[in-house]
Amino acid sequence: MKFTLGWLKEHLQTDASLDEIVEALTRVGLEVEGVDNPGEKLAAFTVAKVLTAEPHPNADKLQVLSVDAGKGPLQVVCGAPNAHAGLVGVFGPPGAFVPGSGFELKVAAIRGVESNGMMCSARELEIGEGHDGIIELPQDAPVGTAYPDYAGLNDPVIDVSITPNRQDCMGVRGIARDLAAAGLGTLKPLAEVYRTDAIEPIAGDGPGPDVRTDDPAGCPAFYAQAVSGVTNGEAPEWMRRFLTAIGQKPISTLVDITNFVMIDLGRPLHVYDRAKLSGGLVARRAKAGESVLALNGKTYTLDDTMTVIADDAHVHDIGGIMGGEESGVTAGTTDVLIECAYFDPDHIARTGQKLALTSDARQRFERGVDPAFLDDGLAIACRLVLDHCGGTASGVTRAGQPPVEARTVKYDPYRVETLGGLTVAPDRQKAILESLGFEVSDDWQVTVPTWRRDVDGVADLVEEVVRIEGIDKVLPVPLDRAPGVATPTATAEQKIERRVRRAAAARGLDEAVTWSFVSEAEAAPFGGGAWTLANPISEDLKVMRPSLLPGLLSAAARNVKRGADSVRLFEIGRRYLDTGERPTLGVVLAGDRRPRHWSTGKAQGFDAFDAKAEALALLAAAGAPVDNLQVFGEAGDAWHPGQSGTLRLGPKTVLATFGVVHPLVLKAFDLDGPLAAIELYLDAIPAKRASGFMRPAYTPPALQAVRRDFAFTVPADLAADALVRAMKGADKQAIVAARVFDVFERDGVRSMAVEIVLQPGDKSFTEAELKAVADKIVAAAAKLGAVLRG
Amino acid sequence: MTDLEKMQGDLLGRIAAADDLDTVEAIRVEALGKSGSVTALLKSLGKMTPEERQAEGPRIHGLREAVTEAIARRKATLERAALDAKLAAETIDMTLPADTPLSGTVHPVSQVMDELAEIFADLGFAVATGPEIEDDWHNFTALNIPESHPARAMHDTFYFPEAEDGERKMLLRTHTSPVQIRTMMQHKPPIRIIAPGRTYRSDSDATHTPMFHQVEGLVIDKGITLGHLKWTLETFLKAFFERDDIVLRLRPSYFPFTEPSAEVDVGFTVEKGKRVIGGSDGWMEVLGSGMVHPKVIAACGLDPDEWQGFAFGCGIDRLAMLKYGMDDLRAFFDGDLRWLKHYGFSALDVPTLSGGVGA
Repeated sequence: MKFTLGWLKEHLQTDASLDEIVEALTRVGLEVEGVDNPGEKLAAFTVAKVLTAEPHPNADKLQVLSVDAGKGPLQVVCGAPNAHAGLVGVFGPPGAFVPGSGFELKVAAIRGVESNGMMCSARELEIGEGHDGIIELPQDAPVGTAYPDYAGLNDPVIDVSITPNRQDCMGVRGIARDLAAAGLGTLKPLAEVYRTDAIEPIAGDGPGPDVRTDDPAGCPAFYAQAVSGVTNGEAPEWMRRFLTAIGQKPISTLVDITNFVMIDLGRPLHVYDRAKLSGGLVARRAKAGESVLALNGKTYTLDDTMTVIADDAHVHDIGGIMGGEESGVTAGTTDVLIECAYFDPDHIARTGQKLALTSDARQRFERGVDPAFLDDGLAIACRLVLDHCGGTASGVTRAGQPPVEARTVKYDPYRVETLGGLTVAPDRQKAILESLGFEVSDDWQVTVPTWRRDVDGVADLVEEVVRIEGIDKVLPVPLDRAPGVATPTATAEQKIERRVRRAAAARGLDEAVTWSFVSEAEAAPFGGGAWTLANPISEDLKVMRPSLLPGLLSAAARNVKRGADSVRLFEIGRRYLDTGERPTLGVVLAGDRRPRHWSTGKAQGFDAFDAKAEALALLAAAGAPVDNLQVFGEAGDAWHPGQSGTLRLGPKTVLATFGVVHPLVLKAFDLDGPLAAIELYLDAIPAKRASGFMRPAYTPPALQAVRRDFAFTVPADLAADALVRAMKGADKQAIVAARVFDVFERDGVRSMAVEIVLQPGDKSFTEAELKAVADKIVAAAAKLGAVLRG
Repeated sequence: MTDLEKMQGDLLGRIAAADDLDTVEAIRVEALGKSGSVTALLKSLGKMTPEERQAEGPRIHGLREAVTEAIARRKATLERAALDAKLAAETIDMTLPADTPLSGTVHPVSQVMDELAEIFADLGFAVATGPEIEDDWHNFTALNIPESHPARAMHDTFYFPEAEDGERKMLLRTHTSPVQIRTMMQHKPPIRIIAPGRTYRSDSDATHTPMFHQVEGLVIDKGITLGHLKWTLETFLKAFFERDDIVLRLRPSYFPFTEPSAEVDVGFTVEKGKRVIGGSDGWMEVLGSGMVHPKVIAACGLDPDEWQGFAFGCGIDRLAMLKYGMDDLRAFFDGDLRWLKHYGFSALDVPTLSGGVGA
């Protein structure tokens, strides 16, 4: 919300400086976003008169002017077609910076004739669009006066951000009221602001216009007054200046009056050209499919939840949001109807959201305008029309009833201390509330002013007192602290996450954070997304990721394109499934596992066992029982069918997927393989049972273990894991470890060698015992088709 | 010179002259082997009379010891020389590079989240979490933002298509505040939590990304006031930035779920052209906060006349930027290894109160 200092002072009697006002605005919660003094950059430019204008000796289109800028004649070369003797315009002396052109003026010879400055166009000074010629001011403009002073541009523009609760400050008057309450001056009576004895309805001649409301929910009140015989010319200079200063383009007197009243008082109005209406106006629900061409040039199709203003033939206004093009006022308008209505905030908000249409009027109505200000608003608007457009007013029509019921809050001034943390004397609290328009009874029944829809409880009143008294005066008070050292707060899940994160970083992986949403195509190989946004920011960020890998693969591809040789990325985040959000760790290993090394001259790539090692290491860091895990297949379509797997605890609980990513997936991500990856499902890791800090007793075996090697020829499809498990199972008591240490294939026969570790108990094994175990091992292996090699 | 002396002189001379281990071994066999010359002399002792043995014994044993020792010494010398030669042959260029150790990194967002958890744990706050795909009741309605509220428009919400059975509208949470609601509904006060996590708004430019991180703080207890809020934020920021000259400025503001509400500015100074938190040359907005609105407390099934408290929310990415000096938010989510290596943290940089929470 923008306004000028001068505009503010129309409402606020104050001696405060601009800085004091700006500081106070922010202090009471009206955050100043910027202060701009448009006159500052034009300070060097002055009102000047062209004394003579002669043709340039060397150029057809130029003239040589003699200009009086207050200090006697200066020779100025000018190319403007409208430059002529007697013209009063704006002169820029050497040294002045021309904002619209971006250069500094210098004394220079133009086609051999010296020029001591420039007569300026509106565009050059950034005060308008005109560039056909130089600015022409009225003949009585005082020559030599600084142009910003003459044009009233030295009125600083203040831009404040109004929070959605403060409709009252969507008008300059509300801001002035807050400042007065904050001790920055006094609020002038509204009648004084509008240069009148009293704000009261203009009686007018004859009956009021034919308006009614058939939609009391959407438009509870529709007040209107007609004025006939108006001339819709140019608004008065002061009004145009205020509007221009805040970036509102003056259009015509009638339009400018509605804009001015809206910004001055937060009271939106609408003016219809009666010649373009057929019959009376009614506030009603739109018919589904009905459409209206709005003042912004766009056509909106309406539905039956939206309130419109229509005549017998057409919709003329999207009630409280934007008027229609068809019945808008023009230069030729002579008879008008002024609408001053109350629209229900919820209805306005919903309609505005549905139509994706925002406007100054919507912003005010949806926050809730002052329901008790319809008569005054209409009277002020009508008075301005009569004063500046002439004409005769009709009577006033008041259809419906605005919701003006007074609200009272039972207040307790002690709450400022017990909630706000600030001690403020009750008398002072009363004064603050009254200065903001609240009425305070002796027993602290506080009546809320009609323009403060946001206030409905004790906490709101505490806020009013605290913000005006100064929230910065609140002193810090320590929270109670439990005695002793702070107790741990992290949950088991949080601890797992912390451990795997730091384990991954310690193992040389770099943690990335990638978008939670990916494209549909990226999600597809990972099972597709269960959650697709209705309003994504782009097609690339549309589907909630079903896996962490798409985001990491994209990141890996970006890094490879930037020239990275080796990419080890991980991320800890959620997968978004239809069954919920699952904490997950993803790893992508791309490029070189080891760069070209002087010992071999070759780089080494990643393979599926790098992924498996990473998965097991991180699972171990997370506290998963890695010794009990089994490798299964079924990693999924995104993986190399022969070089991937899942790590499971029992057949159903999948803790991780690992392996080489499918070449078609890599291609889709613009990556070359091989590329290894893992995904760890953190929520599948069983929680460690809490067993206190005490470790089990330390009992190393008394006797040394015995090692035996077994070499088999095995069927081509026998899994090493199956063989090892079978061998281990041969004597669960004695065999404490089994490990494959050699695998090779010769003449089409696959061989596998396994080392078995046997742990004796309290007696050493006899040869007979060792042989018995060996026989059991060989028998167990034989069941899988493994034959002991001779 | 006796025969024995001559024999000893010969053997020692040959041992000293032997230039490989095989020669030494041959001499040993020749002298000390089963049918060696010295062995033969030793055997001859048995046939001597006691008197002869008395005279010859020491001399023959002396010979044996001298030869044995000379062989052992020569052997050691030759072995050492052989080892030296072998080692010399094994010389490699020690200026060749060793494998570069792998060094991974922890993302600044994770690091800052760990820092927050550590600081707030000391103040008695636990870390709470909640879903990112939320329903509009938890994200808006319960937070006193009814459907038509203008604040909803300010949030640039990502929505999911409405279910046909007209169930609750699902959306991506626009802030971490719904965790407040879930916490208050699940736990009886007193409550002290922080809730860090991902949040989403459909917004994208240099300072806004459609996904970002927030941390929410919530205290619900009896007799909590704005003064406690101010102390908590001051204490937190001092600990987080590890500076004593943190100055806060509270400004009245508006959030539908707090009343009174305040934005919190932190003073900064300019050092080497960069804004550094601390001092009060200028103000930077870092936090939104306020006393939890009675309607929010009531929506969670608690009695607002009994329980009150404060809440605050703050951008984690922004905290990281202010503390560690990144200036582009978008880089946080790009996964660029150069950036991660530059701004990331070592696995060993675990924030602790004794070691400092910053790294």
